[in-house]
Amino acid sequence: MKPVSFRYFAPHTVDEAVHLLATYGEEGKILAGGQSLVPAMNFRLARPANLIDINRIDALDYVRADRDELRIGALARHARFEAPIAGGALGALLPRVARHIGHLPIRSRGTFCGSIAHADPASEWCLLAATLDAELVVASRRGQCSVRPDEFFVAALTTTLEPDELLTEIRLPLLNDTWRTGFAEFSRRAGDFALAMCAAFLRFEDGRIVEARIGVGGAADRPSRITAAEAVLTGTGGRPDICRQAGNIAAEAIDPLEDIHASAAYRRDLVRAMVGRALDQALTQ
Amino acid sequence: MSDKQDVTFTVNGDERTIHVEPRRTLADALREDCGLTGTHLGCEHGVCGACTVLVNDQPVRSCLMFAVQAGGARVRTVEGLASGNKLHPLQQAFWDHHGLQCGFCTPGFLMLAVSILERQSDITEPELREALSSNLCRCTGYQNILKSVLAAAAEMRK
Amino acid sequence: MRWVGRPLPRYEDPVLLQGRGRYTADLAHGARILRFVRSPVARGRIRAVNAPPETAIITAAVLGDVKPISPRLDRPDYVPVAQPILAYERVTYAGEPIAAVIADTAAEAEDLAEQVTVEIDVETPVVTLDQALAAGAPLVHDMAAQNTLIDVHFETPDVAAAFAAAHQVVEFTFTSGRQAAVPLEPRGAVAAFDAATGRVTLSASTQMPHLLRTGIADALGIPESELRVVAPEVGGGFGQKMALIPEFVVAVWAARRCARTVAWVEDRLENLTASFHARDQRLDLRGAFDADGRLLAIEADVLCNVGAYSNFPATCGVEPLMALADMPGPYRVPEYRARARGIASNTCPMAPYRGVSRPVITAAMERLMDCAAARLGLDALEIRRRNLVTAFPHTSVTGIVHDPGSYREAMEAAARVVDVAQFRARQHSARADGRWLGLGMSVFAERTGPGTPAFAARRMVITPGFERVELVMDPSGFLEARIGSSPHGQGLRTTLAQLIADEIGIAPTEVRVVSGDTDRSPYGWGTFASRSLVIAGGACKLAATKLRERLQAVAGQILEAAASDIEIGDGRAFVRGTDLGVELRHLARAAYHQSHRFEAIAETGLSAVATYDPYGTFSNACHVAIVGVDIATGQVEIERFVAVEDAGQLINPMIVEGQVHGGVAQGIANALYEKVVYDADGNILTGSLADYLVPTMAEIPTIEIHHLATLTGASVTGAKGVGEGGTIGAPAAILNAVSDALAPLGVGIFEMPITPQRILQLLRQAGCNAQ
Repeated sequence: MKPVSFRYFAPHTVDEAVHLLATYGEEGKILAGGQSLVPAMNFRLARPANLIDINRIDALDYVRADRDELRIGALARHARFEAPIAGGALGALLPRVARHIGHLPIRSRGTFCGSIAHADPASEWCLLAATLDAELVVASRRGQCSVRPDEFFVAALTTTLEPDELLTEIRLPLLNDTWRTGFAEFSRRAGDFALAMCAAFLRFEDGRIVEARIGVGGAADRPSRITAAEAVLTGTGGRPDICRQAGNIAAEAIDPLEDIHASAAYRRDLVRAMVGRALDQALTQ
Repeated sequence: MSDKQDVTFTVNGDERTIHVEPRRTLADALREDCGLTGTHLGCEHGVCGACTVLVNDQPVRSCLMFAVQAGGARVRTVEGLASGNKLHPLQQAFWDHHGLQCGFCTPGFLMLAVSILERQSDITEPELREALSSNLCRCTGYQNILKSVLAAAAEMRK
Repeated sequence: MRWVGRPLPRYEDPVLLQGRGRYTADLAHGARILRFVRSPVARGRIRAVNAPPETAIITAAVLGDVKPISPRLDRPDYVPVAQPILAYERVTYAGEPIAAVIADTAAEAEDLAEQVTVEIDVETPVVTLDQALAAGAPLVHDMAAQNTLIDVHFETPDVAAAFAAAHQVVEFTFTSGRQAAVPLEPRGAVAAFDAATGRVTLSASTQMPHLLRTGIADALGIPESELRVVAPEVGGGFGQKMALIPEFVVAVWAARRCARTVAWVEDRLENLTASFHARDQRLDLRGAFDADGRLLAIEADVLCNVGAYSNFPATCGVEPLMALADMPGPYRVPEYRARARGIASNTCPMAPYRGVSRPVITAAMERLMDCAAARLGLDALEIRRRNLVTAFPHTSVTGIVHDPGSYREAMEAAARVVDVAQFRARQHSARADGRWLGLGMSVFAERTGPGTPAFAARRMVITPGFERVELVMDPSGFLEARIGSSPHGQGLRTTLAQLIADEIGIAPTEVRVVSGDTDRSPYGWGTFASRSLVIAGGACKLAATKLRERLQAVAGQILEAAASDIEIGDGRAFVRGTDLGVELRHLARAAYHQSHRFEAIAETGLSAVATYDPYGTFSNACHVAIVGVDIATGQVEIERFVAVEDAGQLINPMIVEGQVHGGVAQGIANALYEKVVYDADGNILTGSLADYLVPTMAEIPTIEIHHLATLTGASVTGAKGVGEGGTIGAPAAILNAVSDALAPLGVGIFEMPITPQRILQLLRQAGCNAQ
């Protein structure tokens, strides 16, 4: 299983990279971690004529906390998040999520931003981005702009990224300690793509949930917040029956994927269970 | 057909310059252009881990990297583990504890284990089990692989 | 010094550990690369095969009178079908090879293959058993009515009466999902043409070098002497490499035609889609029990979806025949009626996969026992006590003779190890907490080391079974053992050396085992059917005994003593009770260079040949699994797995345990994870290792192994085969455990793999709402 031939470019700056993208358009493809792209190329399902390897752009290799945001550059690898990289509730959550991403060697190469740009429904970072309404920074020869996940994620493996655009940075809100978090995912084997997952963020004041963000991924063609589930939790202390209700709402709210690994009905069951687990984690933190 | 390029990197300490198409994976470059056939191809889509090597001390699925990406890198393969006639503690442990049967997945597991133990020499058994779940083996049922790596870790901590 | 029974680290290992093992793909450097153009559809009529401009491609027309693969059974209930080397009129499964191209590199060969276009009038395929058996279904092969390639029957006279007299009849349908063996090394071959001799040396990832040589020579119409087949390091086989395949025939043909070295290395997509599959079966099972839970009769109707062709040499009959013959297993079954059929479909052909049909029939029979126990209010152990064979030799209702074993003892031992009573208490309190734990067991006997008698009974035209070993001591006193078996991970070079070393009185390091080379090893049958240690081991022991006698004769002459007074130990022959002796290296030198002194060995020199062809011997085991089922997700976690096994004399216990670990892992995979899935058009949906779920270390628990040892005369070394036991018993234990966990919720499992999704579906059907 060898890929078709391609021309290979290894730019050293973002400017060079977007210039190449502008030149090659649909015939060009960014190579970052390669853990999703190269298998597709080996199967000859992906056949880019021009591969633009951004791994030499040192300026993109950063993760930095900037006031109340965590700014993640395009070359930050999954492995970087296995150890705590920031304080607060988000900083504590990231390593718990990172260890679910594939396996060690995949995390050595694969990138956070690459995962977002690839938009696999089972991507953990896509789920976090959608749940936290991350800011996605996109560069092209036309300049730089920001886009939000609910606009960015269109369908499975489909985003609004134009052929000449490069996702250069993601900004996640750094959450303070009034937030409690939970993350749960279900897959058949260790490291497999999630069939369903939930990221739960609950902000407490005086023992009551004043803000909730409940995101579900892996089960539909893109991750989404379940606002009806959030509404039912807000204002409560998170009793078990309320949590169960949130799980049921989430299970019904999604438009589930159907494939050989899970039927639509089963995905709903898994969403119900994962929401329950994520909430349980957040509430017992 | 794309033009071949020169790529220079070190393999097990030796500098090598190869002349390859961009589409040549690191796995194939090691096997064909460097003559190091110890790194095996089990799936070519990044699941089985038989092709695992170390690139700048990181475990990498060499079937998912192109050789042209490895310019200037330090690559380590199974052939570089032993020192002359002296086996690496991991190799010795796999031998002592029957950690291999057909041997096809073994180089990948050895390199994976090297990187795991280099990161965390005091790794616990559950953590090790999770980390080693990166690679597939069809013969051993994994039990003796885990036993071998634990034994090697203890030996390497001395 | 005794070597047999010691957990000696393997001699095979240092080379493999240093990455110096030479597997087939490692031998392809500099070869021209062969790649196949495969059918994109499951069924249709080929209109045209178009080569890219100015490119020669290999098609059936180009191959000319190369013969198809036609495995035969000498029985009227078998319909022989011929598999063309390259398809020419019709395609009968997606992935079937239609043409082949040759290029300088694998990547270029793939580029070239993409440019070959095939025009096919697509027809609706038959994919499933039901589709293949439906009235008026399209035929996969015109000569096989109702798509039935083999239809075997068996009946004892009083089955009907036994069912009529039964206190309880338990019946169900059991389904096994299609499996793929997935050796880590896909198939491949390098055909090297030797210009000087005109011969081709085929290095092939195979379990059966001699049979390959015969089969390829037949296909090409050449004498076998023109072909040498070598199995280099082989990265796992599990039965998938126990067959002659068209790709090997084309490789040798191409090497001869081009007078070049030609290599074919399969990729994983080809291996998952177009290599052999197995265990796509459905069986209807009925058991008649008396009021005490004793089996009066069983009735079975077995359907095996064997795909588009019959594999050579085992044939597509191997699964149905084994299912029919071995169904009674370790139990006394007085009356038995069975029908077993191999049904053709437009899917990838079947070949034996570790355990063959026994994982399925064992699972079905063990579910039968548990269901009957529940129905009769008996403990699962007790019903087995009342039915397990305890008197040996035992001739089964199908005429198979079981040599002594420990079927009941293994079960009792396993029950003690696991402490069933303590588990039941824990299970009970867990239920109160809404946690569902279960315990399941399986008891089984594994027929191993079958010689020609066993295969002749199936009426195979090619009757494998014997092994011949040639032992030669060279003038330096070093021994070479040439065997016809062909190991691919079993450590045979170590275990046979241990056997020979003990028999003669030398160290195993003084023995080299040569296998897998048709130029150097005697004609043999390869490694499969848990046979190598039993049969090749037996032959080694017999040959070593003869050689030792010859060494004693020579030593006797040198030392001026009677041969019967000579002992050999630590590489030295000496007169018993004295210091008088001679090093074997000196003895050997003398035997070769002073041969005139040694009349006794004039005919043979320091060599011996022995052939062993046993009936076979049964090993046995009991597996116990403890699982927890999460009814919110259907996830099954294996908390504990125990195997009590009896393989007689263990030559190398470490290697035996490794075989059990690996077999159980594949059995767990069969029970919970792996399934080949086809869509309605006959295309595979599980064409990657992300979709065909081979378990990782995270899914396979530690397997606790305990040993019993029943020594019988059925195996001259006392060793029983053990290669397949793990796969045979583990699925049944897992399925019984999951059923035990979910029994209070009204769910029993009669299929494998049993997936989390299916568990939730069954729970819902039983009216259970986890929420």
